[in-house]
Formats: sequence, structure tokens, C-alpha cells
Amino acid sequence: MKRIAVAAAAMLLGAFAVSPSQAQEPIRIGAIVSKTGPAAFLGEPEELTLRHYTEKLNAEGGLLGRPVELVLYDDASDPNTGRTLATRLVEDDGIVAAIATSTTGGTLALAPVFENAEIPVVSLAAGIGIVEPVRPYVFKTPHTDRMVCAKVISDMKSRGFKGIALITGTDGVGKSMRQECSDAAAAQSIEVLADESFNPKDVDMTPQLTKIKNTEGVEAVFIGGFGQSLSVVTRNYRQLGITIPQYQNHGAASKSFIELSGKASEGVLVPGPLLLIAGQLSDDNPLKKVATEYSAAYTELTGQEVSTFGGYAYDALLLIADAIRRANSDDPAAIRDALEATKDLPGVTGMFNMSASDHLGIDQNSLYMVEIKDGDWELIDK
Amino acid sequence: MSEMLQFAFSGITVGIIYGAVALGFTVIYNASHVVNFAQGEFVMLGAMGTVLAISFGVPYPLAALLAVLATALVSLGLYDLAIRPARNAPVFALIIITIGASILIRGLAGVFFGTSFHALPPLFGDTPIIIGGAALQPQSLAVVGGTMALVFMLRFLMLHTSVGKAIIATSADPMAASLVGINVQTIIRLSFVVSSVIGALSGILIAPIALASYDMGTLLALKGFAAAMLGGMGNPMGALIGGLIVGLAEAFSAGYISSEYKDATAFIMIILVLFAFPNGLFGGHGNERV
Repeated sequence: MKRIAVAAAAMLLGAFAVSPSQAQEPIRIGAIVSKTGPAAFLGEPEELTLRHYTEKLNAEGGLLGRPVELVLYDDASDPNTGRTLATRLVEDDGIVAAIATSTTGGTLALAPVFENAEIPVVSLAAGIGIVEPVRPYVFKTPHTDRMVCAKVISDMKSRGFKGIALITGTDGVGKSMRQECSDAAAAQSIEVLADESFNPKDVDMTPQLTKIKNTEGVEAVFIGGFGQSLSVVTRNYRQLGITIPQYQNHGAASKSFIELSGKASEGVLVPGPLLLIAGQLSDDNPLKKVATEYSAAYTELTGQEVSTFGGYAYDALLLIADAIRRANSDDPAAIRDALEATKDLPGVTGMFNMSASDHLGIDQNSLYMVEIKDGDWELIDK
Repeated sequence: MSEMLQFAFSGITVGIIYGAVALGFTVIYNASHVVNFAQGEFVMLGAMGTVLAISFGVPYPLAALLAVLATALVSLGLYDLAIRPARNAPVFALIIITIGASILIRGLAGVFFGTSFHALPPLFGDTPIIIGGAALQPQSLAVVGGTMALVFMLRFLMLHTSVGKAIIATSADPMAASLVGINVQTIIRLSFVVSSVIGALSGILIAPIALASYDMGTLLALKGFAAAMLGGMGNPMGALIGGLIVGLAEAFSAGYISSEYKDATAFIMIILVLFAFPNGLFGGHGNERV
């Protein structure tokens, strides 16, 4: 009870702070991110981005002439908590659309809440299960694990590798990566010779990597998962002196991965969204401008290098704001219809083109193979 | 062969980490029969405190010292503010208090330190030592050496000093101990300090391997507790051996069976051992020791 009162008071204060002169009821957008817990390094940049760009939106006059209010909660990387918070957003906070949440497992747990309430939600997680099969009210911004695997496996194919090993986390994204990459490898007739897994909280992945190291015929290794566990794998990989190429998934596409892994990250291949290497793109790329602007704004705001996770949040807010403008309404169903009709919207992750059968709207072309060199990203396929 | 050796190295490294955490449990348990579930938070405070101090430009050894002192202060606070006022409550109520304290400390740490992960630089570089085709991290040796030193200091403290004898007496019968002139409150307070120092030091030693974050304590406390139970609650050497068994079981089951069942295999083994030795492998005579 006390909590609700505090939340209500905070909401009221927030509304006044945002719009001292505007008497109009704000448009409330809900958000759930994993600011703490194992997915914290996804949630932190997401929160910073959402708060900053909501402010910016209000400074530019809000939406439909009304101020925008962000109601943001932290699910602590826990799907159960996320689901409870989603219920609170839907039942108590009077939101018209939502952005939730950082992890695939969390999104899958809370999606039904928004489905039942018929309020559109944009997820910041990679799992393909979020948008396939399509659920009317669920959208997402990051590339799917299927696209990432297709990118990685085709890169392996182009280098002539025939046998590979997988090592993936036992969390939602890791399991999904394992499935998708096994399928993609089979489709390209690359053989998966070793298939290992790890608990994302483990401090040592040496036994699994030793098995991979001693498997005959393995020419490259793919690592799937998220969070600091990816750094632990990369560190152990180098400690064991494994020299074959190492592919990470896009969960490693952040500077904190390089910082945590240190020298062990040199030479690691990462399929990254264009945000990582926006500055290295050619000038006629229509996405270069959005991406470099966001990148510069994020660095100015936080003093840190841009992270692709913040980019997913930027795109989610952009999609919702764009849909509200086009719908010219704050009715959740109208916003949903407008989201589905998104056309040629340049985001920092890709060019968004939604349809009734595609609630992601970006394709594999906005993913790039990037190599870590001297602690920075280097574009290897132009 | 090199494969088996590699699994063994990995198991020993992880096992010693669990053992170091288990060691912290034993001290407070010996003095008060309280299982302090905030032990994992002491480990975290040691590691994160050092990370924070280094980020302010403090040299490594001084940063570690500051972190240990800060952790000891937190531990005293835990005792004086939460445990002592409830000292007449049953032991299990005190255990619940420590669980509450661990949640509080973790929450505050998340706000204070932030939620990202950090890596401390290893003490002896990060070039692995290759023995028989298996790679051993130099930091593992530091953890093994540091933990062994702690165990022997603890054994010496317990068995050969009057303070240690006072701790054992307090554990056996607080009333009788106070009748022979032992200040029971001071002894228990001391045990919180010793235990937090052990926790903080092990946190600093393992941070280069396990990475430091505000919530690193949860999993470590769980595995450390399992190790302490396995070795026999209250026995320092047992804690260390219990940790090694859990670590080795995990590494070998990940290596030879499946990494999917790694945690399950370790815990099933613990359950089986506890069926045979309900007091743990080395815990048979805890209370009868006079």
C-alpha cells in the first residue's frame, strides 16, 4: 500500500516537473528494463537512453501537444518480477504503450499481460520467439538470434570452415541461440562437432572449453548468451591457449565486454548492429546520420562509449513516438495499428518496415561482422 | 590425460573459491551457532571496495586494506544493529536476520557501486602456466596460497590462543563461559570481525577470476554454504575440503557428463554424502568439544 502511495506521489511529481504550464493529461509510456541482476549491463544504458529521450521529446513539445511521461521500473533480470511490474503498468499506471524488457525470458513471461490488456509493447530482447509466431500487440527492436546466427554461419562458410563448436548459456537467449545456430549450420552443411553449455552465473567455463579444444575437426567456436558470462568464456578461451577463430553473439557488442575481457578479447568476431561502427560506414548509408547522432548524444550524456542496448531502447521509443504521431491518438489499439504500419523509419539498429507478419521490421543487412582490434571495433565486411 | 588434469585445475580453482567462502561461515558459527547468510556480501564488499578504491587512484595493497577495514565495519554494524538487539531470540530467527541483512547490503551496494561488472588485475599476470598440457591460471595459485594461509592462521587462533579457546568455550556453553569471566558479547563481536576479514580477503583474491559485481555474493554464499555443510559446519579444514569436493564435482561432471547437469550433479553428491555423514565429513564432534 505504502509502495503504491509512493509510486503515485512520484508519478504526480513527475507529471508536474515535466509540464509546469501544460495542464493537459500526459501521455504515459511504460517501461521495464533489467537495471540490476545479470542483465544489468543491458538495462543501464536502456534506462539512461529512455529517460534522456523522453526529456528531449518533451522539450520539443511532447506528442499530440501533450507532455510524455515515462513510468519506468527495474525487473532485476527476473521474469517473475517483470510480469508483476507489467501487471502494475497495465492496471494502475494508465499507460498507452510500453517498452519491455531487456531479456528474452523476461519478455516472454510478460508479453501475455500486454496481449490481454490490448496495449502494444516493444521488447528490447533478441529471442525470435518474441515475434514468431506474431502476437498482435508485441513488437521488438533488436535483430533476432536467427539473423545473428545466419550472419555468423555465413561468415564461417565464406572462410571455408566445415566443423564448428557451440558453447551457449542455459538462459533464454543462450538456448535460443543454440537452437538457431544449430539450424543455420545444418542448412549450410556445417557440422556442429561439440555442443556445450554454461550457467550464466558461473565463474569458470574451462571444462567445457577443454572439451571443445580436444574435439577433432573443430575450426571455429560460436559463443551464445549475454552478460558477463560471455567475458568469462572469452577469458578462459585465451587462458587455455585456444587459437581457432572465436565468434561471439551480439550480446558481446558493448564496450564493457571489451573492458571485462581485456586482452583476451583481441581478435574476437562479433556480429554487431551498425551502431558500433557507424563512423566507419559510407556516407550514403541512410542510417549513418541517426546512428552517429545517437552515439554522440549518448557519449555526451554518460561519458561512456555507446552501447547497442541503449540503441534498442532508442529505437523502441522512436517507434512508439512515431506511431502515436501517425495514429494521432493515444488509444492503444490505434497505436498498435500504426506500429504495424511503420514504413521506412530510420533507427539506430536498422531501417524499420513493419507489417502484419513482421513485428521486427529490420533485416540482416543492418548487421555487420566486426573484429575487436586494439580494444576497439573494426568493420571487416564493408 | 591433459583433459583430466585441466578439469582438475578448474575444479581446484573453483573449489578453493567456495572453500574460502565456507571458511567465513565457520567462524561466526563456531562462536554463536548462527549461520551468517550475509557472508557472501562480505566477499562482495571486499572485492567491490577494492575496485572502487583503485578507481580513485589508490594503489592496490592500500585499496585492499581499505576494503577489508570497511567490510569489518559493516560486519560490526550488522552485529551491533541487527544481531545483538535480538540476541535472546532463537538461533533460527538470527539466521533469518542475516538473510535480511544480506538483501539489504546487496541492495545498497547496487545503488552505491552501480550494477556493472568489474575485473581486478591478477596479482601475478595472466599468462597461464602449462603443466602436462593443461593450463593453470597464476591467480588460482594466489587463491590457493591465500586460502591455505587463512586456514592455518585460523587453526592457530582457535587452538593455540586464549581468544580461540574463549571462542570455543562460548560456542560450547555461553552461560558457563561468562561465569569463568569470558565476555561473551566481545567474543561474538570479534568473530564477526574475523569472519568479515576472511570474507573480504577471499573476495579480493577471487575477483580477478570470478569478476566482481554487487551481486556476486549470492551464488558464492550458496555454494560456500554447501561446502561448509559438506565439510562439517564449524571446521576450517572441513570447509576447505568441502569446497574442493564441490568444485571438483562440478568440473568433472561438466567435463565428463554434461555441462547442463553440472550444478545438479554437485548438489546430488552433497545430499548423498550428508545421508551417510549427517554432520558433514569432519563435523562429528562439534558440540562435544569441551
